[in-house]
Amino acid sequence: MNYLPKSLATGFVLALFASSSVFAATHPVTGETLAEDQTFTYSLLDEFTSVDPQIVEDVSGADIVRDLFEGLMNQDADGNLVPGVATGYTTNDAKDVYTFTLRDNAMWSDGNPVTAHDFVYAWRRLADPATASPYSWFAEIMALENVGDVMSGDAAPEALGVTALDNHTLEVRLTSSLPYFAAMTTHSSTFPSPEWIVRTSGNDWTKPENIVSNGAYVLTEHIPNERSVRERNSLYWNNDATILEKVVALVINDENVDFTRYLANELDKGTVPSGQYIRLKQDYPDEATSFPRLCNYYMTFNLSDSGPEAFKDVRVRQALAHAIDRSVITEKILQAGQINAFTFTPGATAGFEVPPVAFGQMSQDEREAKAKELLAEAGYGADNPLSFEYIYNTSEGHKKIAIAAQQMWKEVLGAEVTLANQEWKTFLKTRGAQGFELARGAWCGDYNEASTFLDLLTSPSGYNDGKFSNAEVDSLMLDARTMDDASSNYTRVEEILANEMPVIPIYHYAGVFMLKTNVKGWPYNNVEQNIYSRNLYKVAK
Amino acid sequence: MINYIIKRIGIAIPTLLILIAVSFYLMHAAPGGPFTSERPLPPQVLANIEAKYGLDQPIWRQMINYLSGIITEFDFGPSYKYHDRTVNEIIGRGFPITLKYGFWSFIAAIGVGIPLGAIAAIRKNTWIDYLAVGVSIGAQVLPNFVMAPLLIIVFTLWLDWLPGGGWNGGSWEYLVMPVIALSTSYMASIARITRSSMLEVLNTNYIRTAKSKGLPTKVIFFRHVLKPSLLPVISYLGPAFVGLITGSVLIDIYFSTGGMGYFFVNAAFNRDYSVMMGITIVVGGLTILFSLIADLLYAWIDPKIRY
Repeated sequence: MNYLPKSLATGFVLALFASSSVFAATHPVTGETLAEDQTFTYSLLDEFTSVDPQIVEDVSGADIVRDLFEGLMNQDADGNLVPGVATGYTTNDAKDVYTFTLRDNAMWSDGNPVTAHDFVYAWRRLADPATASPYSWFAEIMALENVGDVMSGDAAPEALGVTALDNHTLEVRLTSSLPYFAAMTTHSSTFPSPEWIVRTSGNDWTKPENIVSNGAYVLTEHIPNERSVRERNSLYWNNDATILEKVVALVINDENVDFTRYLANELDKGTVPSGQYIRLKQDYPDEATSFPRLCNYYMTFNLSDSGPEAFKDVRVRQALAHAIDRSVITEKILQAGQINAFTFTPGATAGFEVPPVAFGQMSQDEREAKAKELLAEAGYGADNPLSFEYIYNTSEGHKKIAIAAQQMWKEVLGAEVTLANQEWKTFLKTRGAQGFELARGAWCGDYNEASTFLDLLTSPSGYNDGKFSNAEVDSLMLDARTMDDASSNYTRVEEILANEMPVIPIYHYAGVFMLKTNVKGWPYNNVEQNIYSRNLYKVAK
Repeated sequence: MINYIIKRIGIAIPTLLILIAVSFYLMHAAPGGPFTSERPLPPQVLANIEAKYGLDQPIWRQMINYLSGIITEFDFGPSYKYHDRTVNEIIGRGFPITLKYGFWSFIAAIGVGIPLGAIAAIRKNTWIDYLAVGVSIGAQVLPNFVMAPLLIIVFTLWLDWLPGGGWNGGSWEYLVMPVIALSTSYMASIARITRSSMLEVLNTNYIRTAKSKGLPTKVIFFRHVLKPSLLPVISYLGPAFVGLITGSVLIDIYFSTGGMGYFFVNAAFNRDYSVMMGITIVVGGLTILFSLIADLLYAWIDPKIRY
């Protein structure tokens, strides 16, 4: 007598097969044996601001949003553009109209299909003054048609240049030609939002009990300032390719505690406490990692009317830039693989060739000799020493660099420099209102293209705190927007900057972290460090 | 007594209002605002955001709106930094955490501090006294920002007994290190206050009389020494308790507890006005409440004090 129905028996066999195959799971491409526990735990130095794609404004929040939601395009491990919700796009010759084709199998975590309308809603929401998004300026740099009027409330959000031609076709109209527009759709603020959930749950829609998302993971737990958990989304269109089951982000405010907990195996990825990279690289050569980042560190002269007369003389600016020994700062103070900077744009930026600017080619001795010469020409010397104030925002790291620079200027140029630190928001206010002589500055690229840095030094830029203004730079940058390959313009702008020296480039950032050796798939070559957890996996030890 | 309590509450309300007004003004006097960032927002965007939160109105009106929200709806407003949370939610989550580790730290500080001080006083100038005094001075000079990482290295990294941080609903293994780190300096103060006040009591005439009557040491200690020597300790405990339960930013930072202290300090840096005000009001209110309770306890212990 057979008590077991056939289908059930088959089920048992299948289940047995499935479970045994889990234990022996291997990576489909590399063939590595996968760890049983596919939970990735990492730390955040601070609580993220939000997981609402149109609201999030910090990097750690954007990392989570990138897991929870998926935009039109994604990046691969090298930072190249690959299809996301869109399978591809076409553009017109003028590159001011883009048409994205959306895949038909993309789904929200509640089972609704992801359509072009979800993107239209999200982009309108980003620009809508009622949303009051701190990141709505991103819609502005995307140059969407009518974005200015929508943001100011003079036009309805419906006037924005984005239309769903049908469920799977999205048309975007721009006010100017943007060759790199598609790359901008990897930015978290362009990710879709589920209108029906936002409407019913209001501000609470991003809470784990309400949130609906279309990415590889869903948010299952969030305890503010302690932990957040995202787990794989079984309805994600490419879920079969996801290996990590669960990603846990712990908030650890202190980098030393963070590192201790990493050593105690509570974290798969942890922080390198500042100044300790060299030591950790020796002790943990396979875990301590340093990679170039799309960020620069510079000092900006106040060239506005409120700035000191001395800085209006280009020779003074050049002398100060020449006198700094960047190697001391990167190799003796920071010690984490930072790169000496002689250009504003980091060399790691896509399509940017670092031009051989003159002061970058000299030896430090030559630079110092040149610095003395320039300052003497400008009329400063022992009887008439240059004196000014350098301000930076309160931080041990900035303080060390400021003291080193002060010492270098004193030794090489005999300059009397006073240092002043200000708490972050006070500092921003002072710098933004040109209430300084020389100020610290730093900038991280919003996208992997030189204009994200160089636009900063154009006259109309709202971030140009030093008020540098050069007609040639302005026109080169304006032209660059419509060029297929603008690298020659960027090179020329860097050459102008090296001559005019409105800012002193100090170094280009390096990112450092500790990563357990069994975590694979980390996109080291993606300079923007746009991480997609679905590409990570843990191998058996 | 009832009249005294009513009178104290009568004073508490204007005190709290003055606290609110001064904090509100100071907060807005600090340069920058909640939406000042390295990437200055386009003026239009900033205007939209400020209008949404009512920050475009004059300060006095903002304060009235804020107060009326609290009084009529017990609504402390939205957080400007954490957009999906209200101040009520932040305090509602953070305060119980702080309260829990603060309360246990208080118990630990009293539980260890008072016996330590008492033993030192009774065995004055013996090795026990020296040890107790040594321990308490050691505990006091070791700040908790040194203590906390040390505890984590010992208990998490070396011994692997306790998790290095987190809260996990406040289960005991997550509570041990925060409580040790937070309570030691309070414990040390309590031990030293207890010791010196007890020595004073032990030298009084009525203790000498009790001894000469031939009363057993235990009876003298528990009936005649303990209660009067705790008076200075009680007056210390009032503010200490408030200090413990209103949060320690260092504990929150080192042990990732998610308590209120970190939100408070962070709110100041972020210019998250509503969070800062909300926590100020809670801390201010508690300070007033517990100093009242300490005063009442004082009267209960010391018969010479009558309100």
